Amino acid sequence: MYEFEMTRPTTIADAAKALGDEDAQALGGGQTLIPTLKQRLAMPSALVSLGAIPEMKGVCMSDAGEVCVGGATPHAVVAAEATAYPGLAGLAAHIGDPAVRNRGTVGGSLANNDPSACYPAAALASGATIVTNTREIAADDYFQGMFSTALEDGEIITEVRFPVPEVSHYEKFVQPASRFALVGVMVAKFADGVRVAVTGASEDGVYRWTEAEAALSASFSADALADLAVSGDGMISDLHGSGDYRAHLVKVMTGRAVAKAA
Amino acid sequence: MAQVSMTVNGKTVSGEVEGRTLLAEFLREGLNLTGTHIGCDTSQCGACVVHVNGEAVKSCTMFAMEADGADVGTIEGQANADGSLNVIQQAFQDHHGLQCGFCTPGMVMSAAALLKENPKPSEAEVRTYLEGNICRCTGYHNIVKAIMAASGQDVSAIAAE
Ligand SMILES: Cc1cc2nc3c(=O)[nH]c(=O)nc-3n(C[C@H](O)[C@H](O)[C@H](O)COP(=O)(O)OP(=O)(O)OC[C@H]3O[C@@H](n4cnc5c(N)ncnc54)[C@H](O)[C@@H]3O)c2cc1C
Ligand code: FES
Ligand code: FES
Repeated sequence: MYEFEMTRPTTIADAAKALGDEDAQALGGGQTLIPTLKQRLAMPSALVSLGAIPEMKGVCMSDAGEVCVGGATPHAVVAAEATAYPGLAGLAAHIGDPAVRNRGTVGGSLANNDPSACYPAAALASGATIVTNTREIAADDYFQGMFSTALEDGEIITEVRFPVPEVSHYEKFVQPASRFALVGVMVAKFADGVRVAVTGASEDGVYRWTEAEAALSASFSADALADLAVSGDGMISDLHGSGDYRAHLVKVMTGRAVAKAA
Repeated sequence: MAQVSMTVNGKTVSGEVEGRTLLAEFLREGLNLTGTHIGCDTSQCGACVVHVNGEAVKSCTMFAMEADGADVGTIEGQANADGSLNVIQQAFQDHHGLQCGFCTPGMVMSAAALLKENPKPSEAEVRTYLEGNICRCTGYHNIVKAIMAASGQDVSAIAAE
């Protein structure tokens, strides 16, 4: 690791100021960034830890009935406290392993936008709002392809607001070596329709499977997917699975998520 | 360089660290607490698991400065006050829960965190909780058995030693 200076501000305002420096980078739970630094794939001159900012931690309900999660809230806390949204709590409870869940944060996961990460599926399927220190971004506008998001340099995810569906479930086919999703599908049924978000599959990162959304909005059952076909074109192909295999899993995982939705 | 201080196994300690100093390095090189092992150094194996404010974390994937002011527990603090093995450690010995022993500090620290949260876990719950702790030797059966035994459950029906 190259040497850097570390600061631990206690307010969002101070963190934003420290991140104004071009070579500074935010540190969430470090579960991705620290391995990246060890490989010398990143070379920030300063790291601004978001771990000591009380206003960025915790789970609460907004007046509009959304589950609001502070940007520096670890996965384990979401798993334990997002009881109003069982699909979200269940997703958080199955990220990585217990030690990773005690450190990794929702803000870090969404900022990183790993194509196999779980939280992007939750944010997109819920139609969440990503709140930063400067603005609010709709999930539909936020994800811009693998490892790419609408965030500007130095912008901090301070909170994520998840509208609570009537029923939902996240079904993950675990890649056992990394414990990320080989394919993961979040299904969320709202009064005005169903949203389906797929992670781990596409070379463009998380996406909405709109054909399944239409079919499930008409009839919320795994059988409604029977006539849909998923193409392997543009799907990730690696030693863990071909594009066609992932395409197949997308439909299987969606069906299972519908069957388990609660 | 910056000054950090924290409580480690009940004692207040302090030292000079760089921004990039990992908690595992501070424990091992700064405090000579070499019971915390570094296996992979890439957050995969769990040999470096310690407790920070009561929670299991991989100390190879946390900076020492982030533990400033925290209450840290390592394998060196697990034995009973009279120096005898605690109930988890004793169960690892009784049930042959280790071979080379490299993974054992992390296993014991993860087990302690599990039993605090879930005092009577099922075999499946133990196996799930240990997802982030890799053992190259034992095949896990006796580790699982030891943790079940440490929780006071009858393990006579669980896989052979
Ligand atoms: C063994 C292992 C298994 C894992 N398994 C899974 C899994 O199954 N599913 C899954 O989804 N993830 C998994 N992860 C990833 C992990 O859960 C974290 O979500 C992820 O590493 C990023 O979160 P972090 O808080 O650690 O961010 P960091 O590593 O600290 O940061 C990641 C990036 O986000 C930026 N950043 C951090 N916080 C913010 C913020 N609030 N605002 C703006 N930018 C920010 C940083 O600058 C950096 O670029 C796994 C990780 C490990 C090590
Ligand atoms: S050394 Fe920390 S997880 Fe392997
Ligand atoms: S006993 Fe050798 S790695 Fe577990």
